[in-house]
Amino acid sequence: MSRTKNMTEQDSSQTIKVKTKSKPITGVLVLLIGIIGLIFAIGLSISFGAADIDLMTVWSAVFSFNGDLTSHQIIQEIRLPRVLGAAIIGACFSVAGAIMQGMTRNPLADSGLLGLNAGAAFMVAISLSFFPGLSYQYFLFFSFAGAAMSTIIVFGIGSMSRLGLTPMRLVLAGAAVTALLTSLSQGIAIHFDLEQDLAFWYAGDVSRATWENLEYMFPWVLIAFIGALFLSRSITLLSLGEEIAIGLGQRPTLIKIAGFIVVLILAGIAVSMVGAVSFVGLLIPHLTRFLVGHDYRWIIPNSIVVGSLFMVIADLCARMMNPPNETPIGALIAVIGVPFFLYIARKGGKGL
Amino acid sequence: MSTLTIEQIAVGYGDSIIIDGLDVTIPENKITTIIGPNGCGKSTLLKTISRLLKAQKGSVYLDGKAIHQLSTKDIAKRMAILPQTTETPSGLTVYELVSYGRFPYQKGFHSMKKEDVEAVQWALEVTGVTDFSDRPVEALSGGQRQRVWIAMALAQETEILVLDEPTTYLDLAHQLDILLLLKSLNEKENRTIVMVLHDLNHASRFSDYLIAMKDGAIVTEGTPNEVMTAENMEAVFDIQAIMTECPLSNHPICLTYQSSKGV
Repeated sequence: MSRTKNMTEQDSSQTIKVKTKSKPITGVLVLLIGIIGLIFAIGLSISFGAADIDLMTVWSAVFSFNGDLTSHQIIQEIRLPRVLGAAIIGACFSVAGAIMQGMTRNPLADSGLLGLNAGAAFMVAISLSFFPGLSYQYFLFFSFAGAAMSTIIVFGIGSMSRLGLTPMRLVLAGAAVTALLTSLSQGIAIHFDLEQDLAFWYAGDVSRATWENLEYMFPWVLIAFIGALFLSRSITLLSLGEEIAIGLGQRPTLIKIAGFIVVLILAGIAVSMVGAVSFVGLLIPHLTRFLVGHDYRWIIPNSIVVGSLFMVIADLCARMMNPPNETPIGALIAVIGVPFFLYIARKGGKGL
Repeated sequence: MSTLTIEQIAVGYGDSIIIDGLDVTIPENKITTIIGPNGCGKSTLLKTISRLLKAQKGSVYLDGKAIHQLSTKDIAKRMAILPQTTETPSGLTVYELVSYGRFPYQKGFHSMKKEDVEAVQWALEVTGVTDFSDRPVEALSGGQRQRVWIAMALAQETEILVLDEPTTYLDLAHQLDILLLLKSLNEKENRTIVMVLHDLNHASRFSDYLIAMKDGAIVTEGTPNEVMTAENMEAVFDIQAIMTECPLSNHPICLTYQSSKGV
């Protein structure tokens, strides 16, 4: 290989001008703007509600809490956990979507569209019916198990075909499994008189976030995000195709198993908190990819920030549209999500 | 230094065994081309050599060590692969794609070091794609795109290059471009090149060594002069070939042919 080295030196001395794209700079920029936007959106979201609270009060409630003030109480006990919950959930769905899109080279991948959310919601229905009064901690495990179950079913159905797992086939399998599990959940709900409790899991509801729930889910979210960042490099290579990834020294099976564990944790957490909300995991990774390029080392951290921002804004909109009633957040997101899904599907499943 | 030896391998997909008990040694610092009719197992052999498929029996040895016992990342520093079909992710620039060839040398979040940048620039230069290094790969023509993928494999700086039908879907002129590029990489830098080609005359003209396969087994192997004979063509492809000599390479080429089974 010494001759290669010689040539390399010769060539570089001939001053070849290759402009390196400054994707990392864009990545950092989007990250910074996103974080600033997120902080601002969180403030705005906290200040808006039945009791009008101005941004200054929001600031003082967070940074110099006074338990005697009703406004501070509302912020600390109701609005702050809710908005933080929304932010974390948005990030969870987005990162899960980004990982699935990269690993399966499927631009339509989303935990909702591939049936993971329905699986998690199904298990939530089971746990509510048969083990009422379970603490959120255990609830979370049911949710994970449900997401895992539907992943296995969807990929099982999808891979039975000799033509393999095309993006469309996976989405179809996801839709079928979602339809099945949703009707099963509804059957269970009717039998156990839980329609009211379960309805929100399909509409999406952020109001369940409490400090206690947040505390339980936070370590899981943290582990999953660290795992996702750790895998990001390998996911980039996998997104070039399995053979290319092997050629570059990666082990696709190992990466896929690790990636799916991360996805299950993220989708399980998100569903246990807000319900089976689709499309966030589809939209956000595409948006971030458009902004920061194809490298998952940038897509994943940016998806965390952009996804949080998106969910906080969506929650704010859901509350602002028809006060004092809340518009179901799942429906709101679907209004943007469905046209976008059709747009990506029209591109022929290409675009990753 | 690298020797690739294949010993008694059996490979297939699921239950169907395609190759059973095949031995071959890939000559070092030479261009070796595997030829044979569709479905003869030539791609399967190439995929086994490049560890895309695992042999059910037997093994591929790189310098005497079984390939599945070596770290796949270490192999990536010694052997680069260009699969038969590549799908280009959208939005990726030529420079970005080629720089992925440096992944086996990087760890974690570390960005490109000086030698990585140099290797990428060199790869862009020899494949003649420097001028569009900022363009998205998807915007390029088929021939240019193939050069970009080869550039990525070259950026890996490996002694061995494995290519599965690198000229398929390209027109005559672009096929020649790719093969001349591979020839010069072999001559100037002693790279060992193993590939599958469909065009027999290209295989004969650009290879030092030919492996002719049929029904999952090697029918004959050797220099183009040894392999490219009318008898072998009959045995491998069931064709009656009229052979002549290529005035450019002095290797035998097939002028025209007809079916052995009668017209």
